[in-house]
Amino acid sequence: MAIQVLETSAPSPARHDRGEAVERRRIPSSWPRALAPAVAAAVALVLHLALPDRQPPATSRPFAGLTAAMLAVALAAAAVQRTSGRLGAWARHRSPLATGVVLALAAWDLLTIKLAWMPLPYFPDPDRVLTAMWEDREALALSAFHSLRLLACGYALGAAAGLASGVLIGWSRSARYWGMPLLKVIGPIPATAYVPLAMVMFPNAFASGVALIAVAVWFPVAMLTCSGVADVPKAYLDVARTLGAGRSFLIFRVAVPSALPSVFLGLFMGLGAAFLTLIVAETLGVSSGLGWYLKWKQGYLEYAHVYAALVIMSLFFSGLMTLLFKVRDRLSGWRKGMIRW
Amino acid sequence: MVTTQTRIETEAEVEPASLRLREVSKTYRRADGVETVALEPLSLDVAAGEMVALIGPSGCGKSTLLRMIAGLERPTSGTLRLGSRPIEGPGAERGLMFQDPSLFPWKTVRRNIETGPAARGALRECKAEVDEYLRLTGLEPFADSYPHQLSGGMAQRAALARALVNHPRVLLLDEPLGALDQFTRMRMQDEVIRFWKTRRTTTVLVTHDIDEAIYMCDRIVVMTPRPGRIDRVMDVPLERPRHRNDPRFLKLRAEILEMMHLSGEEEES
Repeated sequence: MAIQVLETSAPSPARHDRGEAVERRRIPSSWPRALAPAVAAAVALVLHLALPDRQPPATSRPFAGLTAAMLAVALAAAAVQRTSGRLGAWARHRSPLATGVVLALAAWDLLTIKLAWMPLPYFPDPDRVLTAMWEDREALALSAFHSLRLLACGYALGAAAGLASGVLIGWSRSARYWGMPLLKVIGPIPATAYVPLAMVMFPNAFASGVALIAVAVWFPVAMLTCSGVADVPKAYLDVARTLGAGRSFLIFRVAVPSALPSVFLGLFMGLGAAFLTLIVAETLGVSSGLGWYLKWKQGYLEYAHVYAALVIMSLFFSGLMTLLFKVRDRLSGWRKGMIRW
Repeated sequence: MVTTQTRIETEAEVEPASLRLREVSKTYRRADGVETVALEPLSLDVAAGEMVALIGPSGCGKSTLLRMIAGLERPTSGTLRLGSRPIEGPGAERGLMFQDPSLFPWKTVRRNIETGPAARGALRECKAEVDEYLRLTGLEPFADSYPHQLSGGMAQRAALARALVNHPRVLLLDEPLGALDQFTRMRMQDEVIRFWKTRRTTTVLVTHDIDEAIYMCDRIVVMTPRPGRIDRVMDVPLERPRHRNDPRFLKLRAEILEMMHLSGEEEES
């Protein structure tokens, strides 16, 4: 051989394991673990059916059906847990969590309608919330759609502005001279404090909402992009230069990828800030969306609807967070020790 | 596999080049105005295809000199030329490799090696050659691994492949094997020599390992510290392959050690 192939005793080239996946496989299948969710669901169902109501019931009673469905799923999952495949491992891993969720639902049912320890109208029982969710599904879906539209516009604008200004301030010395003080002075003001300004500066509530969210997103994204780009190890730039890299290659193919973990931290913080600002913007000027719905229903003391909106919000926001983290894992899976989602 | 060797040779359209350093000096000025002379004016010629070692204790400016050849730093005075052209900034014709492999952690081994061609906009033409280098460095099974999954020796080989695939006219090695254990280090020395033999790329090796300098290089530039200057330039009149226990090797080693006042306690008194 012209050049010997060396070092055969090298680490395995396999992509780094998700530690959790390894842990899951080690969980042994046992009957108590497998049946715990089913037992919990059965207890919830029995309590719900056997105990008398201490509060006026909702117009429809879907909770019994829901618990029965959970019981059926739990029994199926118990069977799956006895299998050895990936699905079985996943079911074993999630079994205690599922048990906890079912017990929490049962406790909610018990504390509200069955024992009446938590009073109406502020603490509706599961049946009321489920009924509200179903009856008002169109308004909720429409609100979620409006929220998403506003959020998407504001977030995209803010993230784009944050990325652009962050890269500029992080890379160029003169941009840093002027930009950094601006970032430091303007950035920490909470976006919601701009409400009075936004209301007079923009032609309509939607535009001012977009602007408020964009400002909220801009600061963390710009700040963390900037610090990520400014902290690129000098050796990476030196090596790239001696490989023939020009300025745009250095910025976009070296500095920005190297800063990605920091950039995603900024995008994550920006998303949190965007949710907050979205809800505030909707309760102030914009008369649509989940925040507006929440405020509206609170005004009529329809707390079942308030909870319904909170559940939708949780799914909505959590879903978007998950999406962001999926994108991050795609783009910067090479980096270890980052926050997990 | 002689065919591989010839293929690389023919693909290397770029000829090795000579280096000509004239009265090159470097003075650093701290913020408070205090000046430190890192390098006194020095002149040095490296012939095309030659492998030269810069050795000396830390602080003798050898890395500074290498960085100036790479174009990453400007000399305070003097001129540096590559062939007939003055060196005015970093460029692909002068490849650099550090003690830290400095692989881009967000790129797989393959993508790392492709960086040079990608930066020059010549990626398509170089795909086959990237594969070739992956194979020659034994990194083929790790082509899609990320740098943090590699051992120190493998990472350094990937860095070497990344520098070589770019066909530099001069290869600048800044203690490239300094962080490796003795065994990996000695095997890597052989590997660098093999690549150098196929391509005859002009090579400047900064090292503080005297054995490494004698084992690998045609000439050894011994430098003294604070301020850095050339103490002596020594030829290594040994034919290759060299043997580390060759009496002439050991004699040369003793000579250099004595020159650097490192032979032993009794001689220092």
